[in-house]
Amino acid sequence: MALLGKLTWDAIPFDQPIVMGTSVVIAVAIVGLVLLITVKRWWSYLWNEWLTSVDHKRIGVMYVILALVMLVRGFADAIMMRMQLALAAGGAQGYLPPEHYDQIFSAHGTIMIFFVAMPFVIGLMNFAVPLQLGIRDVAFPVLNNVSLWLTAAGVLLVNLSLFVGEFARTGWLAYPPLSEIAYSPGVGVDYYLWSLQISGLGTLLSGINLTTTILKMRAPGMKYSRMPVFCWTALASNLLIVAAFPILTATFAMLLLDRYCGFHFFTNEAGGNPMMYINLIWIWGHPEVYILILPAFGVFSEVVATFSGKPLFGYRSMVMATMAICVLSFVVWLHHFFTMGASANVNAFFGVATMIIAVPTGVKIFNWLFTMYGGRIRFTVPMYWTIGFIVTFVIGGMTGVLMAVPPADFVLHNSLFLIAHFHNTAIGGVVFGVLAGYTYWFPKAFGFTLNERLGKLIFWCWFLGFYLAFMPLYALGLMGATRRMQHYSELSWKPWMMVALCGAVLIFLGIALTVVQLIVSIRQRNRHRDRTGDIWAARTLEWSIPSPPPAWNFARLPLVDSTDAFWVAKQRANEGAQTPADAYTAVHLPRNNPTGIFLAFFAVIFGFAMIWHIWWLAAIGIVGALSVFLMQAWRPEEETEISAEEIAAYEQRTARGAT
Amino acid sequence: MTSAELTPGVGDDAVPLSERGPAPKRVVVGFGFWLFLLSDIILFAGLFATYAVLSDAVAGGPSGPTLFDRSRVFTETLCLLVSSVTCGFGLLAIQRRHAMLAYVWMFATFVLGALFLKQEIAEFSAMVALGAGPTRSAFLSSFYTLVGTHGIHVTAGLAWLLGMIAQLLTLGFAPMVQRRFFCFALFWHALDIVWIGVFTVVYLGAH
Amino acid sequence: MHTTAERMGRALVLVVGSVALASCNEGPLSPKGPIGQAEKTILFDATAIMLAVVIPVIVLTLVFAWWFRAGNKRALYLPDWEYSGRIEMIVWSIPALIVLFLGGMAWISSHDLDPPAALRSHNKPLEIQVVSMDWKWLFIYPDQSIAAVNELTVPVATPIHFRLTSSSVMNSFFIPQLGSQIYTMAGMVTQVNLQADEEGTYPGRSVQFSGDGFSDMKFDVHAVSDASFQQWVTAAKANGASLDATGYDALVKPSQADAPHTFSNVESRLFDRAVMATMNAEGH
Repeated sequence: MALLGKLTWDAIPFDQPIVMGTSVVIAVAIVGLVLLITVKRWWSYLWNEWLTSVDHKRIGVMYVILALVMLVRGFADAIMMRMQLALAAGGAQGYLPPEHYDQIFSAHGTIMIFFVAMPFVIGLMNFAVPLQLGIRDVAFPVLNNVSLWLTAAGVLLVNLSLFVGEFARTGWLAYPPLSEIAYSPGVGVDYYLWSLQISGLGTLLSGINLTTTILKMRAPGMKYSRMPVFCWTALASNLLIVAAFPILTATFAMLLLDRYCGFHFFTNEAGGNPMMYINLIWIWGHPEVYILILPAFGVFSEVVATFSGKPLFGYRSMVMATMAICVLSFVVWLHHFFTMGASANVNAFFGVATMIIAVPTGVKIFNWLFTMYGGRIRFTVPMYWTIGFIVTFVIGGMTGVLMAVPPADFVLHNSLFLIAHFHNTAIGGVVFGVLAGYTYWFPKAFGFTLNERLGKLIFWCWFLGFYLAFMPLYALGLMGATRRMQHYSELSWKPWMMVALCGAVLIFLGIALTVVQLIVSIRQRNRHRDRTGDIWAARTLEWSIPSPPPAWNFARLPLVDSTDAFWVAKQRANEGAQTPADAYTAVHLPRNNPTGIFLAFFAVIFGFAMIWHIWWLAAIGIVGALSVFLMQAWRPEEETEISAEEIAAYEQRTARGAT
Repeated sequence: MTSAELTPGVGDDAVPLSERGPAPKRVVVGFGFWLFLLSDIILFAGLFATYAVLSDAVAGGPSGPTLFDRSRVFTETLCLLVSSVTCGFGLLAIQRRHAMLAYVWMFATFVLGALFLKQEIAEFSAMVALGAGPTRSAFLSSFYTLVGTHGIHVTAGLAWLLGMIAQLLTLGFAPMVQRRFFCFALFWHALDIVWIGVFTVVYLGAH
Repeated sequence: MHTTAERMGRALVLVVGSVALASCNEGPLSPKGPIGQAEKTILFDATAIMLAVVIPVIVLTLVFAWWFRAGNKRALYLPDWEYSGRIEMIVWSIPALIVLFLGGMAWISSHDLDPPAALRSHNKPLEIQVVSMDWKWLFIYPDQSIAAVNELTVPVATPIHFRLTSSSVMNSFFIPQLGSQIYTMAGMVTQVNLQADEEGTYPGRSVQFSGDGFSDMKFDVHAVSDASFQQWVTAAKANGASLDATGYDALVKPSQADAPHTFSNVESRLFDRAVMATMNAEGH
């Protein structure tokens, strides 16, 4: 048995210039970053203030940074695909042979769902939910840190596949038999499986964490009907995570057993059943898309109410609609494979169920509309995203309900029409939502706003870019074009592909401008300081504390007696109501903890070793992880105390005028 | 993070549970662990569903009735069920801070759990020796995975139990240790419930 | 004399029309058979019904956003208005009614267009057995005892009963202009019934990604008159190699972009053998 398992020098793609070039650039960037941090002596700051932080605000920010970085990687894949398709018409083969193209579209989907959308949404929920609930942190702060680093471990493994070995060539869900060892003997599918198992564990723990927080830890007086709508959508999303991710874990475990130990869950021989995989993976997969969209809906609810200057219309029905979507998302999964040959009754049932789920979604749209009605709407950047979302998402919803009619799906399944539909909802819904949330909560996190003009420009790039990139794909799907083609013979499709490429370039501009906006905003931060903590004249509790908030969030946990608790408090203050000033009490906050980062380190070692069949290294990974776990188990619960005097002094310093 | 910070003036029973502010740590930890257990049961549900679908896919090889030994299953079940009882008594002892009783009951739990595992390993080895290993057919793959995953959970539980006994020895009846024993007991009982599902669906339901 | 407006209107129609025509090329929007026709009707009807709600919603969004902008002093300001029972009723009813209607459409059409359901016709159905391979299509005509690779010739106005399987990974058999696709899976047999009503050549392909050669898994479907079909069968019987079990095993080996060709003498029950080959393989 070779000491390094399957790993040899052949694993490094010396013969692929694009990949080598990218890898060199990334390596240089990483080395450069490390050198910069070393020279500026930032290591101890980074380690103490960020990497080992168990503060939900810091962890939320790190999740979002991770998501933004991976957005660049995922988008690079997208633009390569668009370019290939714009070129490879008629007899032309383009510049990406199938072996590479197949990895690129598989990586694109995997990265966008698991390492862009999920971390972004989880990051926003991490940051905002405890603040909106009027509390100091999530239920399990150390576990929160562990979740972040396990996700990062998955990111590292996926990106390693670029440089060492290959990625899966199966699409982002790796259907068997194609993903079985017989048809995918390389390490690609193993990279996919191990990185997702590791990050999936992090996500599951995050789901448990946030669900417990929302259900068991809210400020006094905040019963469920006084919770902000974003917290309701976060609850629904995290309940879905707890219920759905174990299925993903089980399914991937079975595929791993097939690949590593010769089991026959989904193989063609010995009674295996690939259809079982498809059912299981979509029983996870459909709730997954609701895990992503519900928090985005929550962001829009907050934004619309804030910038219309009115409470959200129909709070109760919004909550009911959210929980209905949560439950219904588990009974529609078969609509992802109407064409697999189920009976008419089965297809029809799932088609109807899928349409039913459109009802609560439609209700939400109307409620947002009626929130705007009778309001005084301020067109800030988050409001741009919201209006862009409503207009765009209803189109995506429409095409979704269209494909929920099984015979319609029989001619549209797996076509570019399908691609256009889910990008319509994913970009129009999830991306617009997280970018709105990013802009909305940025001043709370950092104490200054993002540059408004650039923000609007970024919006237009995404909005127009989306339509340019994906409307042609709807047309192409109706012309019979299928997904995952590396080349095609119909020359009449080429102009459409070229328009789509233009759209992608426009979106690329939007992403580039996002980086520019960050730099410019940091430079201009003094000009755009948030000195009141309530820069948007908002309604919920996170705006009642300074920007950025102190480590302990609230000097005293607020006593809540209505929805829109902060808005109501402001009204009372305007009317001259005096709040009795109770004495401050000392607050205990958990200390920093390196468990997460060390666990992730050993997780990467374990994952890499398993991928390359380096069994002794895998054993080291397990032993290391166990040791870290045991050290944490014996660590006394460490907390720092913030004295009442310190809190009082801070409050005085940041006093924001008479109340 | 401190435990519940009750704003002065808030009564106890007059205020509904949902309005009392953040719950005490003991409650939060217990609830979070319950959620984890529910997620674990869903993981098992996925394996049960797969077993149900693949239970007829014997690929010309041996099927359940020819392989399963119901008397051994009965003994395994007894071991596990009794170990749940001893675990319950152990938890009581810990909550009452009776160190000696705690060690005795936890040791008994460990022994019974280990006996369960021993028999399960014997069963698997015997089946493999007969040529009925997990690579023989889809049915056997799903059998070994479902029953084996339960076995892995039992193994992890035993390792956890050893760790908890070590914590009791080194840290005494610290609140942290008590909370963790509570979680362990929940885990151990949940494994019992899953086992009831396993022997009903797999062994009693073999056809 | 044409005014500018008329000229612009005409130009718009021309542009939209040519775009529409171009879109109608070889896809589900220019069906050549009853199944495809029925499915196209569903596409249009369902979309039209939904547009009746979607377009007003988009318009309303833009109108509300504009009218209730902060600078518009004429607009009503209702700072505490957050509930209206009447609006709630309407807001739940509109989507519910649409869904009721479309749901009924889904239920009925799922049964009417169920792929294994035989088509009503005076003509006797033609049996074709399909095996998807890496990366080509094998079409066996069991009653004529011939086979073809990467090309399908069928008589018009005749229902075709396809039975499909795969020799390896999952694929999906799709002729966009004839309608319903269906997955092919190893060890299993799926079915679809289609019919071409007009003579012509239509593209067909796999639409479930199956590996490196996926993009070339294409075949042309030649819908011809009865007489031409008989001629083609006769010609195929006369030329080309015969296809027996050994020949099949050779064909199954991976290859890409195979040129269309026919086989003259197909061993009987070759399709059943293909299905069983993966089903009965033993584990070890």
